[in-house]
Amino acid sequence: MSFYFSYQKYKNFDFDNFFTNTALGDVKNSIYSEKLDIRKFLTLLSPEAGKSLEKMAQKAKRLTVKNFGKIILLYTPMYLANFCINECLYCGFNTTTQIKRRKLELNEVEKEAKFIAKEGLRHILILTGESRVLSPVSYIKDCIKILRKYFSSITIEIYPLTSKEYENLIQEGVDGLTIYQEVYDENIYRKLHLSGPKANYRLRLDAPERAAEAGIRTITVGALLGLNAWRKEAFFTGLHAQYLRDKYPDTEISISIPRIRPNTQDFSPPYNTDAKNLVQIITAIRLFLPRVGITLSTRESADLRDSLITLGITKISAGSTTAVGGHTTRDIQDKKTVQFEISDQRDVAQIKKMLLSKGYQPVLKDWVGNLRGNF
Amino acid sequence: MQDLLNIADKKISNRLFIGTGKFPNKPTIKDVLESTNIEVVTVALRRVDLTSKGDNILDYIPKNCLIMPNTSGARNAEEAVRIARLAQAAGLGSWIKIEVINDNKYLLPDNLETLKATEILANEGFMVLPYMNPDLALAKRLVKAGAKAIMPFGSPIGSNRGLKTEELVKIMVSEINLPIIVDAGLGKPSDASRCMELGCSAVLVNTAIATANDPINMAKAFSLAVKAGRLSFLNGTSIETEYAKASSPLTGFLRDDN
Repeated sequence: MSFYFSYQKYKNFDFDNFFTNTALGDVKNSIYSEKLDIRKFLTLLSPEAGKSLEKMAQKAKRLTVKNFGKIILLYTPMYLANFCINECLYCGFNTTTQIKRRKLELNEVEKEAKFIAKEGLRHILILTGESRVLSPVSYIKDCIKILRKYFSSITIEIYPLTSKEYENLIQEGVDGLTIYQEVYDENIYRKLHLSGPKANYRLRLDAPERAAEAGIRTITVGALLGLNAWRKEAFFTGLHAQYLRDKYPDTEISISIPRIRPNTQDFSPPYNTDAKNLVQIITAIRLFLPRVGITLSTRESADLRDSLITLGITKISAGSTTAVGGHTTRDIQDKKTVQFEISDQRDVAQIKKMLLSKGYQPVLKDWVGNLRGNF
Repeated sequence: MQDLLNIADKKISNRLFIGTGKFPNKPTIKDVLESTNIEVVTVALRRVDLTSKGDNILDYIPKNCLIMPNTSGARNAEEAVRIARLAQAAGLGSWIKIEVINDNKYLLPDNLETLKATEILANEGFMVLPYMNPDLALAKRLVKAGAKAIMPFGSPIGSNRGLKTEELVKIMVSEINLPIIVDAGLGKPSDASRCMELGCSAVLVNTAIATANDPINMAKAFSLAVKAGRLSFLNGTSIETEYAKASSPLTGFLRDDN
């Protein structure tokens, strides 16, 4: 089995017809149900439900506080390398784009790690572009060996691996995987990913499952909002998370809701997702999957993030940069080396202050480090 | 005579135990613990950062509180054992609340893995308090494995549904010769009171207090409820009856010489 079969079941579903026939009564029924099935989840993503956002938000907040408490987990991304052989039309690391390419030397990894750890963060997300030659798994493994001295939780956001490779990295100290399908619609996916291994839709779609089978502790999935109509993409994201939760109940599943940001690519997102839509996505997911984590990155502005966190968010990034070595070279960063421009520039101390003022405890450590390792 | 709860080598007078996971900030944890004179508090090792200055949760726990680290995040016995050992190595003492959960949908504990972890850790000298699905046969095995108290849930973690497992907990209170501490799911002070009326030795509460509008006052309410329930139990809580009890007995006319 694979999530692909679940996707296929709804691939040709007539979403427009469903939404046209959704009435206020259906929306109310969905909001106030104790347990939501897929149909009710889709109802909450309808234009009709968009008129009941306040009610959805009230319930979403209540469910989140009940399940997660008044806490928000903080993490920061660390870009290890930006070499990439994929040709993805929307991405700043697109192989055809002339940007400065490099990877961190191991001493630089240590320098960045020390810098980030000094701010108190213990959860790190490490990223690379896709190049098995220039940033191979062995290199990532070497980086992890350094990072585990400084961090309690290491999540990878790299190219899809085999189950065996995931197992090896888990053994070294990785406990989380973040991998966005970018766009669940297979036809749009094909048009946006022109060449490189990422053009293989299934290879990417099944990656979370391979990691779950290898015993990873946390998985974050998501769609890059702007590449397709958000209602459909949010639906498939929720469906994917539900599938993983039910099939791998010992893995903590989260959803991220990234909106596409400007970068070096001359790409205008074909679909718009505004703040109101984002609220609808977050609250609909929370009502559908009360125990699934929801991550919000610094792609969003400080103002919007401050408002969204009370609606169902459980994890946010702080002090972010999307440049290789960006934490220690923040002042001399060239705009042309970043994957995308971040919007919320606040550092960890400022984010912590904001959370406390809103009645949320910033949590910087929520894992115990490697439990599997043989060191 | 003081009514003390004996667990392992400790004598505890406050039967309300507190969990620390969901509070809006760390100073509130301290305020709650101090204002209600809490004596036993559980802390997830995953949240403890000994290297952090100002952000270490342990700095907010009064010195007279007994810290019972828990193995939150453990998915099997092996992980629970490793977390327990890490907690001990971090200087958090030898008490450990075993929590093994491999079901993120309902957060229900895995009793078999809990038993395995209890056997190993009790053997290593830990004071083990296992969090479990209230099952009498398993509880008996936990006793045999060396547990110091048994912690059945009232309803799933964070659900605030109260003592849904009442019938099973009652059986455990009557059959298990160790303190029974209801942990998880208690949403209202009256739920806690009910547990104590039934003869439970203590209750552990987190969500209902930590996410209340005013955690300090809610902790006080729980504390009073626990005391009331305990006092009622010690006085022999009246047995509920199905029918009204007539004050003039129907068989009062019967005499020995009838």
